[in-house]
Amino acid sequence: MAGRGASWSEYQKQIADDHYYYARSCIRQNFFPGSERAFLRILGEELGRDICDDPRHTSCTGIGYHSDIVPLETIMTVVARQFALMAEAGYEHLVTSCITSFGIYNEILNTWEEFPETEERTRRYLKEATGRELVLPKSVSHTSDVVYHFREQIAARARRRLVNVQTGEPLRVVEHIGCHYAKIFPKSGIGGAEFPYVLAGMIESWGGTCIDYPERRHCCGFGFRNYLVQANRGYSIANSHKKLESMAPYKPDFIVANCPGCSMFLDKWQYAIAEMEGTTYGADGRGIPVLTYEEMAGLVLGYDPWELGMQFHQVDVEPLLRKMGVEFDPAAKYLGRDGKYIGRPEAAVVNSGPDKRVYRIRE
Amino acid sequence: MTKRILIIGGGIAGMRSAVSLADAGLHPVVIEREAVLGGKVRNWHALFPTFTPAAGIVEELRAAVAARGIEVLTGCTAVRFDARRVELADGRTIEGDAAILASGFTLFDAGIKEEYGYGLYEHVYTSADIERMLLAGTLPTVNGAAPRRIAFLHCVGSRDEKVCQKHCSRVCCITGVKQAMELKQRFPGAEIFNFYMDIRMFGPGYEELYREAQLRSNIHFIRGRISEAAPTFDGRIQIKAEDTLTGRPLRMSVDLLVLLVGMRANDDNAALAASAGLETAPSGFLAPRDLFLGNIRSSVEGIFYAGTITAPKTIGETLNEAVAAAEAVAAYLKNR
Amino acid sequence: MALDFGYGISKPRTIDLDRNEFYKGNAVLGKMPELQSCIGCGSCTATCTAGALTDFNFRRLHTLIRRGEFKGIYDEINKCMLCGKCRLTCPRGINTRGVVQLIKRNMGYLQPE
Repeated sequence: MAGRGASWSEYQKQIADDHYYYARSCIRQNFFPGSERAFLRILGEELGRDICDDPRHTSCTGIGYHSDIVPLETIMTVVARQFALMAEAGYEHLVTSCITSFGIYNEILNTWEEFPETEERTRRYLKEATGRELVLPKSVSHTSDVVYHFREQIAARARRRLVNVQTGEPLRVVEHIGCHYAKIFPKSGIGGAEFPYVLAGMIESWGGTCIDYPERRHCCGFGFRNYLVQANRGYSIANSHKKLESMAPYKPDFIVANCPGCSMFLDKWQYAIAEMEGTTYGADGRGIPVLTYEEMAGLVLGYDPWELGMQFHQVDVEPLLRKMGVEFDPAAKYLGRDGKYIGRPEAAVVNSGPDKRVYRIRE
Repeated sequence: MTKRILIIGGGIAGMRSAVSLADAGLHPVVIEREAVLGGKVRNWHALFPTFTPAAGIVEELRAAVAARGIEVLTGCTAVRFDARRVELADGRTIEGDAAILASGFTLFDAGIKEEYGYGLYEHVYTSADIERMLLAGTLPTVNGAAPRRIAFLHCVGSRDEKVCQKHCSRVCCITGVKQAMELKQRFPGAEIFNFYMDIRMFGPGYEELYREAQLRSNIHFIRGRISEAAPTFDGRIQIKAEDTLTGRPLRMSVDLLVLLVGMRANDDNAALAASAGLETAPSGFLAPRDLFLGNIRSSVEGIFYAGTITAPKTIGETLNEAVAAAEAVAAYLKNR
Repeated sequence: MALDFGYGISKPRTIDLDRNEFYKGNAVLGKMPELQSCIGCGSCTATCTAGALTDFNFRRLHTLIRRGEFKGIYDEINKCMLCGKCRLTCPRGINTRGVVQLIKRNMGYLQPE
């Protein structure tokens, strides 16, 4: 795969080195709250970078927009407000935690460039509604871009590598890129749309090996209204199913995704597929763990998996932690930050061991 | 004093023009960038639709050039020119009385279509690779074994706004048919699928060859453009397309994927055109004065065109243009 | 028992040439090789007596068979009224009526699903 490097190197984008304005993701704060916390910790505590986590910013309303319930004018004004807040806080570089938002910001900035009248209209709406002034950002990055940017510094501080401590072999990782990261604007993504390098670069720097499988570029099936409406959910899950079937023969140790929806679906659909069809994936038949890149970075940096919020996963991460040689307290899994018991999920093959059902294990 | 004609390009067009000019008693000078004459045809194995060896054409033209003692400058790249002189990259200037621009075309770089994995995945080839292999007598085997399934993809770098190649390269359709038949002949057990958007069989004997490929060689023609190629677990290539005639998506894995690469304008066309005050078409090829009586004439007095410098063409068309350009040059010089 | 989520996993409608069997299609092509020379012009379907009244589409039908897709084929082919108009119009000279008969003979045992 010698030529792949050449392809990646043609798509390089400028990523700011410091002073970021952080835009959180709606669903990650619910499904992967530890990941956003880890990002702030890595940037602030590990790398000494300045990042503004502004409580005033809101949802970008992207999910509503893609589901046809938020009009274009509204989302443009909401986005303009985020930019205005950033400028007021004294920042120029937006870093967004969500791929949907990343796509929205890029799409709206491009729309304003192509159709200046839409920018003028948005300025007027923003002024009328909030009294604020729109200031365009100098750069828009996704948080995975920023982690990629610092991958070597993170590698230098690594306490563990993406290596199986029992065999000494690199862990086999499936990387999954959110569609709106580079499929809308290939130039906006590191490595472009066909061979995104943003996660592959991290995996390589941290000692793992990337798997190129037939359905690597395929969408996870999130699709907004496709999972929101129950009647459409069958073809939302069918896409994750297709990907899992395609990657199964490669026996991946884990999946890492850079999109909130993908991380959630590739993880949780494994439970649904197991319950619907009796099929499970992964070498031990307990599912393939799905990590966010912050979790992957956090494990490399030696953070506690429960502090990273990995107990929120549908597919148990313990087998992976043992493979990586991560020390952890199994009993502390379901203790909250205050040490109180937060409850545990019901038994299912992909989290707490097999129940009475018979499963067809796909390695 | 014998009039000198500067011919930029020593491919089949340049050589053929030179032979006609020499026969008319004029003094052609062939300026060729490569070390030898012959151009792209040099690397081609057999020619559609008759499977005629390409080497025969090149050899006959080379012999004709040599027999007439035509002045040939190989290893010389033209950087600027007009009707009376050509400036070379090495700083020399060659003087003359008229010029024929016959610097041909450039093969589309299949790697630009990243989704097909050329240069990334083993067993993804271009049509030019297949010709080179056939020429060298090596065959595209898979781990030493005959491929069982082969896919050809038409229009790679043609009719594609995404890569700024809006034109049809014309010759790839029939090349795809020809190469499918050649591979079928060498690998009789292989199933061969040609994925196309349109099949454009414009030349004599082309449609007949297409029908023969369907009937005798049992080549499967599927109307639909491959959207992406990806490696499979067992080292093959998975491709996806729409079978547009049934209206359903289609997926399969193949041992070989052959990309029928198009003909695009040379990168240096714009600079050469600017130096001589010539016009380029939106495709990047040089624009002839018109497409009828002036198809080998430029908009500048004393500068003529031959072959694929103006558009994708077949070898036969190119050779005809080379003769026509030589005749036009001779007529032009007689009146001066 | 499987849990009921109120939806299932949609089945792909992709024609998967890695899984499909070609021998039934080849049985037709073996007797009527000219079918392979179809250029998809659709004149057979344009002129079709049955196609004017039902969704019978001979061009699509034989293409699907050649791709190894047989679901519902027998029901479909029985819509043909065997008038033979398609054979008159085919520019490739394919004996389309003969192809219909061959499909019936070779696919007859394939009961509709």
